[in-house]
Amino acid sequence: MASSIYFCLLRTVFLVCFVNPLIQGLSGDVNLVNDRRHQLGNNLTGLPIVTFDWHHVQTPYLVIIWVFVAGLAKLLVIELNHHVINVIPESGLLIMMGFILGGIVWGADKAQTFKLFPPTFFFYLLPQIILDASYFMPNKLFFSNLGSILIYAIFGTCWNASTVGLSLWGCYEAGVMGNLDIGLLQFLLFGSLIAAVDPVAVIAVFEEVHVNEVLFILVFGESLLNDGVTVVLYNVFDAFVALGGPRIDAVEISKGIFSFVVVAFGGSFLGIVFAILLSLLTRCTKHIQIIEAGFIFVVGYLAYLTADMLSLSAILSVTFCGICCQKYVNANMDEKSVTTVRHAMKVLANGSETMIFVFLGVTAIDTEIWVWNTGFILLTLLFVFIYRIIGVFLLTWMLNKFRLVPIEFIDQVVMSYGGLRGAVAYGLAAMLDQDKIPEKNLILSTTLIVVYFTVILQGITMKPLVQWLKVKRAAHSDLKLIEKVNNRAFDHILAAVEDICGRIGDNWWTRGWNRFEENYISWLLMKPKARKNRDYLFSIFHKLNLEDAVNYVSEGERQGSLAFIRSDEAANVDFKKQFGSEFTDVMPDIMVDMSNYELGIETFSVTSIIKDTIPSVSLDIHGQDRKNAMDDVNAHHLLQQHLYSSRKHHRHKYSRSHFGINQSENEVQEIFQRTMRSRLESFKTAKMGVSPAKKITKHHKKELTHKMANGHPDGTGHLYGDEVDSAVGSETGAIRGTFLRDTYTVGAGIENPVVFPDMDSSTHNSLPWLMETDAVAPSQRAQWHLPWTPNRLRRLAPMRISTYSTDSFLMADLEEHEEKPQTDHE
Amino acid sequence: MGSTSSTLLKIPNAEVLMQETGFSPAHIIRLHDRFKALDKEGRGYLCPQDFGAIKELAMNPIGDRIIGAFFSPGKETVDFSTFVKILAHFRPVDKDRPKEPNSPEPINSRSNKLKFAFQLYDQDKDGKISRDELLKVLRAMLGMQVTEEQLESIADRTIQEADLDRDEAISFEEFRKSLEKVNIDHKMSIRFLR
Repeated sequence: MASSIYFCLLRTVFLVCFVNPLIQGLSGDVNLVNDRRHQLGNNLTGLPIVTFDWHHVQTPYLVIIWVFVAGLAKLLVIELNHHVINVIPESGLLIMMGFILGGIVWGADKAQTFKLFPPTFFFYLLPQIILDASYFMPNKLFFSNLGSILIYAIFGTCWNASTVGLSLWGCYEAGVMGNLDIGLLQFLLFGSLIAAVDPVAVIAVFEEVHVNEVLFILVFGESLLNDGVTVVLYNVFDAFVALGGPRIDAVEISKGIFSFVVVAFGGSFLGIVFAILLSLLTRCTKHIQIIEAGFIFVVGYLAYLTADMLSLSAILSVTFCGICCQKYVNANMDEKSVTTVRHAMKVLANGSETMIFVFLGVTAIDTEIWVWNTGFILLTLLFVFIYRIIGVFLLTWMLNKFRLVPIEFIDQVVMSYGGLRGAVAYGLAAMLDQDKIPEKNLILSTTLIVVYFTVILQGITMKPLVQWLKVKRAAHSDLKLIEKVNNRAFDHILAAVEDICGRIGDNWWTRGWNRFEENYISWLLMKPKARKNRDYLFSIFHKLNLEDAVNYVSEGERQGSLAFIRSDEAANVDFKKQFGSEFTDVMPDIMVDMSNYELGIETFSVTSIIKDTIPSVSLDIHGQDRKNAMDDVNAHHLLQQHLYSSRKHHRHKYSRSHFGINQSENEVQEIFQRTMRSRLESFKTAKMGVSPAKKITKHHKKELTHKMANGHPDGTGHLYGDEVDSAVGSETGAIRGTFLRDTYTVGAGIENPVVFPDMDSSTHNSLPWLMETDAVAPSQRAQWHLPWTPNRLRRLAPMRISTYSTDSFLMADLEEHEEKPQTDHE
Repeated sequence: MGSTSSTLLKIPNAEVLMQETGFSPAHIIRLHDRFKALDKEGRGYLCPQDFGAIKELAMNPIGDRIIGAFFSPGKETVDFSTFVKILAHFRPVDKDRPKEPNSPEPINSRSNKLKFAFQLYDQDKDGKISRDELLKVLRAMLGMQVTEEQLESIADRTIQEADLDRDEAISFEEFRKSLEKVNIDHKMSIRFLR
């Protein structure tokens, strides 16, 4: 609401105005009172009940006040963005807030007391942003595009640096800039610091412009990896400037090139070392789960500082630390710790980013640093812009010859326009030595102007540009229902065929690496329990079971009592037997929850009860729908809302401010559940009439490879394959065997090696999902849920009681399994 | 390249395949590698389980149908040439292909792409998409919150829009006509199969 904006504004202004005169006033009276003890010693006339001592808390107070003000600024900015047109990107607005705040401070102080000091920036504000970026980096996407990213990062940055530096020097020599005390080397130094695309700015602007994920990862990856080049170039030219022109010969230059290799690879290697350290740490922190989340931040920061200490690329170090550790850390840590880390990361990163932009604005309001040289500044802007475009198009043209999926024209335009400079450039400029580089202020001013130009102006125009370029192609007309349905169907078809073709990057190297990683690296870095849990499909089952358990209980409570929980004995798929020993210890939750329900073996079928109750439920909910005539609008609306989205429509998952399960993941789970169920059904229909084998083979506790439900090895293939990133453990599919084949062949000779000993024809009649669901038609949801509740729940959750409890084999199994939960339960 | 041609020789009927489908040698080789990767037991053909092993397909609402499309009616296996021919449907259309009046339509023509899509709907292969078949597809693609009645209503409306001869079913011609405005070339092509 508008009032809240004004309130925020008032608060901010009040705070700053209040604090500043206070500081000023107090700092002016340094002589009077220094600290409490002193005061007590000097002017004591009586016992002071309360004293006011500013200097005692000055430093931390100022820090906290600025953090607080930055937070308020962000709040203000977000409110503005909601109510005013969503035109200026957040980062731009924050910079402008910084201008205002800087103006206030300057007005009070006549000097800019709060600047963005390079050490503050590089030590306290930058590391967490990079850590956040790398921790949430979509690894598969990153590595599959790594080649292109490296080309852009290395050659692109070198190209930018050299061309900008040389062109400026050329113009200087041509006399356009008037008289400056600058030489070629200093121009090159300037070029190198202004050349780098900034990760903070890129995230900030691109997040609001939803581009496709490949484009995003290219720009973003480039912005992260070019730090290696930037650091090297900066240090090399800085040293050259110090050495002076004459002392530079081939040896020095080759040393410069060699230092690139050392810095870049050294930094990355150091990051990987710290990632290994971190993974090993989290592997052992079972007993200090309460603080294991903190280790991520501590070790990440250590990686940064260590690399900086050794003059290696600190950003690369943190980047690779985050990238490499994410998988193992997430697997090893307790779920709550994982959540804590994710939330805390976002808080820190967002906070730092806000502070950086605000301070970038504040720093501008300082008369001391501004040196205006029209030629220099305008030419810099021009060259930075033009050479970025040329560089991107040139490199893309070369890359497209090798890439499987070429980068389109519009993507190239966005990429070149998205070459934003940010605080890193400013930090490097501020670190220049005034003595060696007399024109430091000019460089600083120019850098600031370039940063403002790219972040604000290019940020503002980025979204309209993207929309304009895309809209030019597609003609928007109202689609008919059939077109909509078919469009979506085509999306799904394409996604499926892409998966069948193996998509990009699925080749021998990827598979080889995955095998190596599964067998050796995971063994070293992941907790054994977590390794077993890697099966993606299993984790979905786990989640679904939990969901069903919750639904089931809440439904039962609504019914008034849980008396009808007792189900019949048709536990055909004994989940526990299949996953049994390996998984009981990782599913303690379900074990514990279900232990409250003494599930006896009773013979009456509950399904009739459920079926009676559900229809009334559905009638209530959907009654009015039946009454309303379904007209066109409704149909379109329904389609819009409920059509499953295909992979194309899923947003790219990296975002600064949002993370976690979004709609698409729920949909995916739903689709998966249905597919599995339909496969299971078709398998079961095939199984009907085949006499069950009487033998129950003992379920061995082996590794999760090639295990059939009852220890019966089957060579006819597996349901869940070991595609790209699924683990070896993925072959413990719930349903194995030939059922898929059954779906597609009619009456061909089917062999059913998978044995479900409990199955015999009498029980089929009571299987709810195999029964004809006619008569009352419950809502689809209820229908689907039906099998998942009483009977199914037993099936899929590792119940301690199996149906044939009199079977000695099973009893033996039971004993063993029951032991495990106690020992492993955390 | 030398390695390409030698690898190409190992693939049966490579020449014929390239001719029929229009794939380049590099693509044939890549697809062959993929075929071998899917065919884990090295039998030289694929069965439904091999497709089922692709985890992402389980998360596609019509994944199982698409798997079915690879298998000709009655056959349980897919050999390499069938595999390639079906995938050829998804090649981007060659815009600059000379129009020879006598040569058969290329597999990736607009019409053939549509036929492939039509087959996905028309499971009983009677040349028409009946109301039931449409219902099944819609059911697969819509979330579980949609009730049966709503579903039937959507199906009815959809058939109404497309059905010109009022026979409560959509024939291939009607299907094609209803998708006139849709850019099939774009929607049913995979870039990296060019």
